[in-house]
Amino acid sequence: MNYVLAALVPERLVHLSSVDLAIIAIYFLAVLCIGFYLKRFAQSGEDFFLAGREMTAWVAGLSFLSANLGSLELLGWAGSSYQYGILAAHWYWIGAIPAMLFLGIVMMPFYYISKTHSVPGYLQLRYGKAASGLSAVSFGFMTILMSGVNMFAMAKVMQVVLGWNIHFSIWVSSLTVGIYVASGGLFSAIFNEVLQFFLIWFGALLIPILGLIEAGGWNGLVARIQHNFPDQNFTHAWSTLGHYQDNPMGMHWTGIVFGLGAVISMGYWTTDFLVVQRVLAAKDLRSAKLAPIIGSFFKMAVPLIVILPGLIGLAVLPEKLVPESALQPGQHSYNDVLPLMLARYCGPGLMGLGVTALVAGFMAGMAGNVSAFATVWTYDIYRPFIRKAAPDAHYVSMGRWCTIIGLFISIGTAYLAMGFASIMDYVQALFSFFIAPLFGTVLIGMMWKRATPLGGFLGLLAGTLTAIGIFVSMKVDHDMVAIFALSPLAKGLAQDMYQALWSCMVCVIVTVGVSLATTPKPAAELTGLVYGFTPIPKEENVPLLHKPIFWAGVALTLFVILQVVFW
Amino acid sequence: MSERHHIIPVWFFVGLLLLIYGALILASGIAEWQNPPPTVLANLHAPVWWGGLMVVLGGAYINVFRPRRSS
Repeated sequence: MNYVLAALVPERLVHLSSVDLAIIAIYFLAVLCIGFYLKRFAQSGEDFFLAGREMTAWVAGLSFLSANLGSLELLGWAGSSYQYGILAAHWYWIGAIPAMLFLGIVMMPFYYISKTHSVPGYLQLRYGKAASGLSAVSFGFMTILMSGVNMFAMAKVMQVVLGWNIHFSIWVSSLTVGIYVASGGLFSAIFNEVLQFFLIWFGALLIPILGLIEAGGWNGLVARIQHNFPDQNFTHAWSTLGHYQDNPMGMHWTGIVFGLGAVISMGYWTTDFLVVQRVLAAKDLRSAKLAPIIGSFFKMAVPLIVILPGLIGLAVLPEKLVPESALQPGQHSYNDVLPLMLARYCGPGLMGLGVTALVAGFMAGMAGNVSAFATVWTYDIYRPFIRKAAPDAHYVSMGRWCTIIGLFISIGTAYLAMGFASIMDYVQALFSFFIAPLFGTVLIGMMWKRATPLGGFLGLLAGTLTAIGIFVSMKVDHDMVAIFALSPLAKGLAQDMYQALWSCMVCVIVTVGVSLATTPKPAAELTGLVYGFTPIPKEENVPLLHKPIFWAGVALTLFVILQVVFW
Repeated sequence: MSERHHIIPVWFFVGLLLLIYGALILASGIAEWQNPPPTVLANLHAPVWWGGLMVVLGGAYINVFRPRRSS
């Protein structure tokens, strides 16, 4: 075995062999080479920021999903599934599938036909600069924070699993991402996301396979978990949501259905520019509609590699994991469950592949955030507010520089993330500030021609301030949890769900109220932006198997079956 | 995948990486057959069949999506 890195930190989960190190090194080399290869194709603004709008449905769909498969999924959700059980799978099912299908079938025509480059870009066309500017600034702020979380999470994994110095890991991985995104723009980010998609599956899928063999199948797994934790129910997705105290999350089904399913998931999957940007890069409308639908099938399967390892950890790990805030020497936290499972089952070679998969997942998230930030800063803040009429090459240069600068800001926020007890609670809180009200603003803009520019701006502002206000009040005074989250037993994730619900409702009420009292844009300015003023191409002579709506129906059916199976 | 830009398809790079990684893992699994590592279920020799699967899939992707000279 090669103990090259043994001297860096005295304690770690595994020792890497030569083949493991080779696998990791080859990955870094590959992504850099691909980035440099693609640089020659990313010369114009449309190439750099939107990959030339040439992606097929499969490429756009897999990168759409992979951009979301970052550290949060691989590390944080495995930890959340250890903490909350199969309830964590809701963030992959009701918390994603209906929203992805809604994006593909209902919203994508408006995004794609408007030829916008970003979600704030759509807001500018629909509502004007005020709403667009607010969205762009809040998105830019959030995405850089998210990038920092990705970096921190990856560095933590490398420290636990490999014994690498946390600061070394942050700098090496972030600079690698910065180089290949600054070189090839969205082309590079998408190519590497597709690559990372395959690595994540091949690197992580062995854990649930071997884990289920060890546990004795699903029934054996359930029996072992019940034996280890007789006072908790970790293996039912819906039947324990009738009362807050019946499940490990302190959640009621209304929070899951309305807070998560109707607001947060819709807000994220339909308006988060990081994922929508990948679909905007599709080569035509049909590919743009199909991409999120293709992604939804794989999203439904992601719990196999993320949620199931957490459940297997509950069943087979000899030690009980603890929250990050309660960590004592010799113990491991919830977020360590996936690396612990990796160390349990994977020897030389497979360990390197598993570590590379984790690294790939983190770097996909980081690259996605950085490329999205570069686009939103350049096209939605810099060009409309700072320098309006520069040549295209100037904006491409700004995009490259912004990528590097955004990266360094992310490194700073990575150190901020170190102080939080749970990565997932931190991210969900951020989401709920900005995403939930944004969904209300965008959806009303697409569906209701009467919505006015002032209504859109004030609704978005009111919703965002409501989310921040509720969050702060619940943190400062715990009695407020019972008011806003409907139960004093509601924990972090549950609180965020209700916070999102209320902020979206405030956004909608304010948008509608102000719009009814102000003057809407003339119809000529709403063409291509609003239902009723947008000619959407019909698919009359397309075979059924080529129609996006057919595959959306198949995905929805599978989703329902999963809910019944894991009731 | 590209119409305006003649870019090597991303699937070719996927195949290349799967092939290289699969070969390394398969070789490692064969080398440690008699002395498997101290992991749970090491007797199943997962590196051999998992690495083999990656080699087969990687080879298939490379064959189907390899760059071809336009005539």
